[in-house]
Amino acid sequence: MLSFTPSGIYCSQGGFYIDPWKPVEKAVITHAHSDHARWGSKQYLCHPDTAPLLQLRLGPVEVQSQDWGEQLDINGVRVSLHPAGHIIGSSQVRVEYKGEVWVVSGDYKVVSDGISGDFEPVACHHFITESTFGLPIYQWEDQEIIYQQIRQWVLDNQTAGYSSVLLAYSLGKAQRLISCLAPLQQPIYAHGAIANVQEKLIDSGWKLTPVVRVPVEPNRNQLKGSIVVAPPSADGSSWLKKFGPVKVAVCSGWMQVRGNARRRNVDAGFVLSDHADWNGLITAVKATGASSVYVTHGFQAAFSRYLTEQGIEAKEIQTAYGTEEQE
Amino acid sequence: MEPKNRNSNTGMRLFAELVKQLGSSTKTNDKLAALLSYFETAPEADTIWVIALFTGRRPKRTVSSTYLREWCIEQTGLSAWLFEESYHTVGDLAETIALLLPPPTNESSHSLQTYLEALQALSDQEVEAKKSFVLHAWDELNREERFVFNKLITGGFRIGVSQQLLVQALAKLVNLEQSQIAYLISGQWDPRQTSLQQLLSSSYAATDFSKPYPFYLCYPVEGELEALGNPAEWQAEWKWDGIRGQLIKRNGELFVWSRGEELITEKFPEYQGLLNTLPDGLVLDGEILPFMEGKPMPFALLQTRIGRKNITKKQLEAAPIHFFAYDLLEWEGTDWRDQPLQQRRTKLEALVAQVQHPKLLLSPSVNFDTWEELAELRSRSREFVAEGIMLKKKDSVYQVGRKRGDWWKWKTDPMTIDAVLIYAQKGHGRRSNLYTDYTFAVRKDDKLLAFTKAYSGLTDKELLEVDAFVKRNALEKFGPVRTVPAELVFEIAFEGIAASSRHKSGVALRFPRILRWRKDKTVQDINTLEDLQQLLQQFGNEKAD
Repeated sequence: MLSFTPSGIYCSQGGFYIDPWKPVEKAVITHAHSDHARWGSKQYLCHPDTAPLLQLRLGPVEVQSQDWGEQLDINGVRVSLHPAGHIIGSSQVRVEYKGEVWVVSGDYKVVSDGISGDFEPVACHHFITESTFGLPIYQWEDQEIIYQQIRQWVLDNQTAGYSSVLLAYSLGKAQRLISCLAPLQQPIYAHGAIANVQEKLIDSGWKLTPVVRVPVEPNRNQLKGSIVVAPPSADGSSWLKKFGPVKVAVCSGWMQVRGNARRRNVDAGFVLSDHADWNGLITAVKATGASSVYVTHGFQAAFSRYLTEQGIEAKEIQTAYGTEEQE
Repeated sequence: MEPKNRNSNTGMRLFAELVKQLGSSTKTNDKLAALLSYFETAPEADTIWVIALFTGRRPKRTVSSTYLREWCIEQTGLSAWLFEESYHTVGDLAETIALLLPPPTNESSHSLQTYLEALQALSDQEVEAKKSFVLHAWDELNREERFVFNKLITGGFRIGVSQQLLVQALAKLVNLEQSQIAYLISGQWDPRQTSLQQLLSSSYAATDFSKPYPFYLCYPVEGELEALGNPAEWQAEWKWDGIRGQLIKRNGELFVWSRGEELITEKFPEYQGLLNTLPDGLVLDGEILPFMEGKPMPFALLQTRIGRKNITKKQLEAAPIHFFAYDLLEWEGTDWRDQPLQQRRTKLEALVAQVQHPKLLLSPSVNFDTWEELAELRSRSREFVAEGIMLKKKDSVYQVGRKRGDWWKWKTDPMTIDAVLIYAQKGHGRRSNLYTDYTFAVRKDDKLLAFTKAYSGLTDKELLEVDAFVKRNALEKFGPVRTVPAELVFEIAFEGIAASSRHKSGVALRFPRILRWRKDKTVQDINTLEDLQQLLQQFGNEKAD
């Protein structure tokens, strides 16, 4: 029922695409990251929490929103969204036609982060899964342990007279980090890109910790030893100079491997991911009961071969999703 | 130093913590602070091992990496291919295993020394005993500790700490000059039989007759030669492409050290003839070089001699090794390093003339009056089988380590070839999970022919760009290798070229690396096999293998 076309994942019966990478008539969007929600389509359908983010990113576009579990009929195809646990509003897309069920997972995380909605296993015949961390070297530690390490790092830096700069993607990781840092009860300074998202979410009714925008002419003494959340692009920028001597950390699943952390050339790397780890992927795939699995962006060759060995028919699919920068 | 009573139970934890800090800190001062703090708090018996490990004195390997792989696969229940896939992504076996193993059920209470000595004791044990020890250790070490434990077995602690930094930390710790520390920690000492106090005392150093001096290294010439001032104040020599070494005769014994501080006396039996002719209390700095019919031979021939335990008569004849002396560091048991170069040179020339031994040659100085003249000579370096020119200030003392100012190297421009990328493989260390190891091809008729690999020369940004290209466009997989469409053209530079029957292209290159990415060129513009063959005819020497 779904096919992989040069424009993206396509449902011919319903006449819509899911996360297309080229402009189309009708696009169902799993989540608001830029490799999944692209500019130029005529109509967008997504979860209500994704809608304002989509408008923030793509400008005034025609967005129809649909709650998790709600059913929509598009030309005889039943379409519903289900939580994917990746970022705020992130959803799996379930499509059903004449008893055949497909689920497109988009990006997902099976561990609850308290913000993004809890991943829901959805039974299906065909499951399209990501594989960003589809190798057994990626097995995450409990996020509470990582959160404690991050807070301790911040406190140690303050003792040594440094500001702490945490680099994280502005949509997703940043919200998690801000809630991780909230218990320290200190102002959290945010780069404009992150402040924009945070304010948009608070405006839309989310109970999130507010962040402080950095004034153009800041009182530099006040900013010494402070806590800063910034997107990766801010690394090495003159903007960071406002905070006096800084220690910089990257928070990403890629920090699991020493070489990746060293390549980033930062003072610390925390393994905090918005994606399922190896075991998470396997659990998710098995929970769907799917008899055929399509593995997209990441370690698709390894993960599909592994699934095939486990007796689950799996294919690797080339897509335009996934860049390291976004995790 | 005061004797310390430190808790050895935390030894492994402290060492793992040190390795982590050294690996993640980006500033030299932070690394220095981490080392100092380690030396101040770690069990003393561990610290001597750390100095040994960080200066490349790694213990003999007692467990093969094949077994480590096998046991890890067994412990995790993973397929062998999935283990390999993981390994190629991580780029380091010790780390791969540390990441794959299930969490430990115990906690470690041993020192670094305990693990190292236990590993050494395994050397004559059965495989089952080795396995039981390793599995037991894995089950009591956390991820970071397992990584360093595995590294102790697989060797090679390249973790972002230079010898220079270690010397700096020790100098601070015991309040000695860095040059003094560099000398004290050189040579052949055994961490099992040396205490930190002994190692850092000069009376103990005096008992080691083999001890070399730290090598004086130099930087490439920066900017214009004119900035160096009056040419008459400088001595020029050919820069040879051999192994830098020190030849030592003390206490009636002969020792040969490589620049990597490896004792390599046994590898060059040719030098034994010098034992009876050289005066005692002598240290020479020079180049270990095969030499025949009045000229040096290419490095590839020297390579056939390194890494071999037994040297055959045939090898001795095919690559007759000589010592090209260019400096004299010790004379009649006295350290001459503080004498000006001119004086050391005069003594050296007299010595070589007096000894008259066929294996000991004087590395000649190159005569020149003006910098233009020297530039012209440099451009002809390849005719003399040299890599370029060495420039040494005539009044310079022999310093320790890599220093600017008095000595410079001025290599000849490399040869270059435009080639196309055809295969890529993921790299190691900080290039983990990135396609950074490349194979290049030149054109042969209407086909492409692989002729070299190159791993360095691109900026981090360019590497990411090529990586993305490989990930998006890979055509075929051969294990970890990906073939890619022949589209990206690079200029490959290399220092030497030799005929080789082991390579399909018939040539072997010396120090190939990427000079620049030629985005202005397409695969139509690359060089051909004939171009390579022409370089071989022009600059190639004897057949390498």
